[in-house]
Amino acid sequence: MSLLNLLSRLPAAVAQGMIWGIMALGVYITFRVLNLADLTVDGTFALGGAVSVMLIIAGWPAWLSVLVAVAAGLAAGFITGLLHTKLGIPAILAGILTQFSLYSINLRIMGMKSNQTANLKNYGMFFENGKGFLVSSRYIPMAILAGGVLAILVLFALYWYFGTEQGSAMRATGCNPNMSSAQGININNMKMLGLAFSNGLVAFSGALMTQFQGTADVNMGRGAIVIGLAAIVIGEVLHGALFKKNSNYAIRLAFIIIGGILYYFVMTVILWLKLDANDLKLFTAIIVAIFLAVPYLQEKARSSFARSGGKGG
Amino acid sequence: MLDILNVSKTFNAGTINEKHALTDLSLRLENDDFVTVIGGNGAGKSTLLNAIAGVWPLDSGKILLDGENITRLPEHKRAKNIGRVFQDPMMGTAPDMQLEENLALAMRRGQRRGLRWEITSDEREFYYVKLKELGLGLEDRLKVKVGMLSGGQRQAITLLMATLKKPKLLLLDEHTAALDPTTAAKVLELSDKLVSENRLTTLMITHNMKDAIRHGNRLIMMNEGNIILDISGEEKKQLTKQDLLDKFAEVAGRQEETDEVLLS
Repeated sequence: MSLLNLLSRLPAAVAQGMIWGIMALGVYITFRVLNLADLTVDGTFALGGAVSVMLIIAGWPAWLSVLVAVAAGLAAGFITGLLHTKLGIPAILAGILTQFSLYSINLRIMGMKSNQTANLKNYGMFFENGKGFLVSSRYIPMAILAGGVLAILVLFALYWYFGTEQGSAMRATGCNPNMSSAQGININNMKMLGLAFSNGLVAFSGALMTQFQGTADVNMGRGAIVIGLAAIVIGEVLHGALFKKNSNYAIRLAFIIIGGILYYFVMTVILWLKLDANDLKLFTAIIVAIFLAVPYLQEKARSSFARSGGKGG
Repeated sequence: MLDILNVSKTFNAGTINEKHALTDLSLRLENDDFVTVIGGNGAGKSTLLNAIAGVWPLDSGKILLDGENITRLPEHKRAKNIGRVFQDPMMGTAPDMQLEENLALAMRRGQRRGLRWEITSDEREFYYVKLKELGLGLEDRLKVKVGMLSGGQRQAITLLMATLKKPKLLLLDEHTAALDPTTAAKVLELSDKLVSENRLTTLMITHNMKDAIRHGNRLIMMNEGNIILDISGEEKKQLTKQDLLDKFAEVAGRQEETDEVLLS
């Protein structure tokens, strides 16, 4: 339990945190932009991993397997969108249905096995041969570099998109659907598109995580939505503390990735303290609950009955 | 201009809450008509505006706008030609978005929204000029989040958004009802100005009979999902509040009679 031991683990936490940060940016699209709770995410994360690992095993270049994984994620999100907008199923339930079905689909993709491993030795790294893994836990500095570059690319893609006419129509849809319809925006299309983009990014992250670990597991996405939310709320609270209010949108997005990294720091510390790894999910849930509650409680404290009418009483 | 032909709409059909909101209603608006709509609660005023805007499909009847049959078009497609302002000042704008972003959304009403940047610098100048015309000092607050503004300011912005890209038809659904009297008067004055400047065909619902008489060139009164009074031109100019009250009383009396028949 030496401090050195903790420090030696932190670089891996940074790498994983950035990969989860990409997923958190995906969750941000539904949770914050569209104002929808989308639970497809848990299934899509594993979907990305399953597609990527199977294609790598089949001899595809790893980067291409990631693109196919993204396409699969887009399709999964689109199906949740169809269930929600065309069949009138509440968004949260539509997401659960897709996620549930993805468990079976992921098993099929992985040849009815609950996990599949692609050994790094057989494929090498991307920087070695141009078709190997993009990230790996065996090359942490490289993983931090690659993860960072990819996360920043995603960040700027989102920054750009939400600054376009279509992106601002999507933001309006989440902010005020009545007004959006009155201004000629097809809000159902916007929701389907947003859900697709979101899950595309989540699958992207799942594919990267699979390469990082060298293995995909049908359960690897369990709780992914909570980790995504954790990254978002940690990032937002931190951003709020450092920047007060109006800062650049790109910086706000960057703090979501930072939130993902911080989340992994905390988890690393918890593991370093030799707390039971089985309790991690409990800790995560508590962290998310606290960070979601803080803004509400602050607001409540500001306008509390107990303090009304000035000091004392 | 606008032809509403034998339109009917029933809510909760076949249930105990069945409500015939519009019953075989027909109405024709000419170009540049500014029609005020009055009527009691549940008379079908808002239902009529929602039917035109396409919030839900009709049970029967047809709606033609400028000769084009829009009966089967969904709300967001009709929006191309129809500007709307709602009763609730919170409803017409996106609170978490900047003022200029809201205007940019309105500027693209009816257009394909692609991957071009949402606001150009030319546009920003245009918005500055338009906001300055409102006379509310909003032209220097293009970057402010609309949620930070007052109800009156937001309603004025919604009005501007509804007319920024000239619509064929403007629908005002009691858009001053939630404002304090001074602000309401200002917003109403602004509505008059925008309607006459842009020569907009307009339907305006109001609860205020004085406003209904003072504004527009034509007045209709609704009751039980139909139009029971339609006055325009000179006749409307002569109209007094008492005339309208008498008409209300007459209608209410007739209802009482039918109640009596039913109960006897």
